[in-house]
Amino acid sequence: MATLKELAKVEERFVGGHRLCAGCGHGISVRMVLNAAEDSNVVVGCATGCLEVASTIYPYTAWNCSFIHSAFENAGATIGGVEAAYKALKRKGKIDKDFKFVAFGGDGGTYDIGFQSLSGAMERGHNIVYVCLDNEAYMNTGIQRSSATPMGADTTTSPAGKVVAGKQQPRKDLTAIMAAHNIPYAAQTAIHNWQDVHRKAKKAFDVEGPAFLNILSPCPRGWRYNTPDIVELVKIAVETRFWPLYEVENGKWKLNYKPKKYVPIEEFLKPQGRFRHLFAPGNEHVIKAIQEEIDNRWLALLERCGEPQELPSR
Amino acid sequence: MKSKVAITGNEAVAQAMKQINPDVVAAYPITPQTEVVQIFSSFVSNGQVDTEFVTVESEHSAMSATIGASAAGARAMTATSSQGLALMFEMVYIASSLRLPIVFPVVNRALSGPINIHCDHSDAMGIKDAGVIQLFCENAQEAYDNMIQAVRIAEHPDVLLPVSVNFDGFITSHALDVLEVLDDETVKNFVGTYQPEEYLLDAENPVSMGNFDMYDFYFEHKRQQVAAMEAAKKVIEEVGREYEAISGRKYGLIDAYKLDDAEMAVVVLNSAAGSAKGVVDELREKGLKVGVLKPRVFRPFPFEAIQDALKGVKAVAVLDRAETFSTMGGPMFADVRTALYDLKNDIKVVNYVYGLGGRDLRLEDVEKVYDDLANIIKTGRADKFVNYLGLRE
Repeated sequence: MATLKELAKVEERFVGGHRLCAGCGHGISVRMVLNAAEDSNVVVGCATGCLEVASTIYPYTAWNCSFIHSAFENAGATIGGVEAAYKALKRKGKIDKDFKFVAFGGDGGTYDIGFQSLSGAMERGHNIVYVCLDNEAYMNTGIQRSSATPMGADTTTSPAGKVVAGKQQPRKDLTAIMAAHNIPYAAQTAIHNWQDVHRKAKKAFDVEGPAFLNILSPCPRGWRYNTPDIVELVKIAVETRFWPLYEVENGKWKLNYKPKKYVPIEEFLKPQGRFRHLFAPGNEHVIKAIQEEIDNRWLALLERCGEPQELPSR
Repeated sequence: MKSKVAITGNEAVAQAMKQINPDVVAAYPITPQTEVVQIFSSFVSNGQVDTEFVTVESEHSAMSATIGASAAGARAMTATSSQGLALMFEMVYIASSLRLPIVFPVVNRALSGPINIHCDHSDAMGIKDAGVIQLFCENAQEAYDNMIQAVRIAEHPDVLLPVSVNFDGFITSHALDVLEVLDDETVKNFVGTYQPEEYLLDAENPVSMGNFDMYDFYFEHKRQQVAAMEAAKKVIEEVGREYEAISGRKYGLIDAYKLDDAEMAVVVLNSAAGSAKGVVDELREKGLKVGVLKPRVFRPFPFEAIQDALKGVKAVAVLDRAETFSTMGGPMFADVRTALYDLKNDIKVVNYVYGLGGRDLRLEDVEKVYDDLANIIKTGRADKFVNYLGLRE
């Protein structure tokens, strides 16, 4: 694997001038992913969302490579169309350069409204990388809940009230659903571990056929954490097993990181304003339910990865 | 070299697509099922085209993938009908706003609900304000001819807009018709190759498309689309003249049938124009001065040509195969009446909604329309602006 020094020499494709919030996970994730494309030509597709509105305010663009946004729910189909054009034009000798194709969507545009378009693109086998920048709600439009919002989170459409303690349902497990498409590569990664992101992004670009990456991308406005703590927060998400790092390559599941100690979910919930109400008396059962869900999903993941089904020692 | 063939409208359109040999076709075959896509897929399977065929999971994705392909620099097409067009509406609007020269046949069929699979124009009228050029076809011959011309119109540098080619569900799409097709080489030369100025796969000149466009530019971009629509009228006529040179068939903005000395005119789109022309021939034998105006182009609306063709008539009936539920009649009625409003002559313009959900338009219905027009001229009065043909009331 390349050293950080070497990676720093790769030309930036996502450059300054964008208007993402300070402490947003999107810019970090995008730069890390595109860095792994090395010196290839890249076309970026993008669903409507924070990344798109903050990076392409006409007549400006923060993209140093070709970029297309068409709508919210169709990044999979749109980048699939670009890739189909590439195949046709290459075959007919109308272009001679090689290209890689990557689409970015938020969790709203990926887990929810863009789910069908993404599933179709994966099934058809386009040679594309789809990256979900998962910030766990519709942040661009004002923090509405999505199917990626974790249980208990306070959002503008799952507000913590007197009788309802935030979102009632656990998250959809999209990475597993993408793996169930039997695509060559699906993985979950997090930005506190640049080696993990780089290795997975590179693999996603290198495999023949569709690849899916799910990246936890904290949102300072929606999660309400101390902005400079973003990387630390992502690390806690992984240590608490809220966001396991794993990959599924040609149907083979592999766990990439196993926390040594049992870190309770409170460690992840506490620094975030969206979970503050859970620590009020009477909401203990919600935290308990969240912890149970995490432990159960962890054990199921261990089983899929052929690991002994044990929780970390306390 | 031309040859006469007996094929359906769907086969004629698929044949045109085969001869155009687009780089990418992305399509969903259903809602409701339209044979164009499945016929075209057999051309792909048998190596008769070298198109990249993307079998998407919905019409929304069909237009989305077509947009991606067109933006990437490919000549890209899709095909749809009815609910499918309704589902892709969002992307049709975006395709025209991105100024992508996408050609897509639309087999005109009724919109749900209630669910109905037969002919009317409610699907096409749903996108009349979406910034796409809309060509309408009386029969399979016109559907074939318009498909080929549509490529040149869409890709003209003064235009760069999507073009939809409309033909009537079942009446034209499924019925066997005799038509003349051009040889492959002639079509290939006529459509030429697509050379976009800016495209995603230009490695030396990367481009951002679909940017966030605020109040400081959005309005100007919309105005540019209107300018392109205006320019399209001239381009459509130019391409029509070029096409006449290779086919012997004339194509303009409108088809004016026996209107030169007419006192009464029916304005109607697509296959019903054929029925109306038949009635006109019979009534002419009886000495009545009647004619038909068939807009070939509905968007952009050819109001100057319509004004010119109808300036001498006394009464006009606009036949609409779609409702607007405005209580002011069908969509074409409003446009035609507006076009004639400022003419000096006092022309009475009335509306007939007909054929919704595939109800037949009988020759007697058209005769009744001319009867009514004669009565309007005689009395000088049009009591009812909006009428329904062949409806139980």
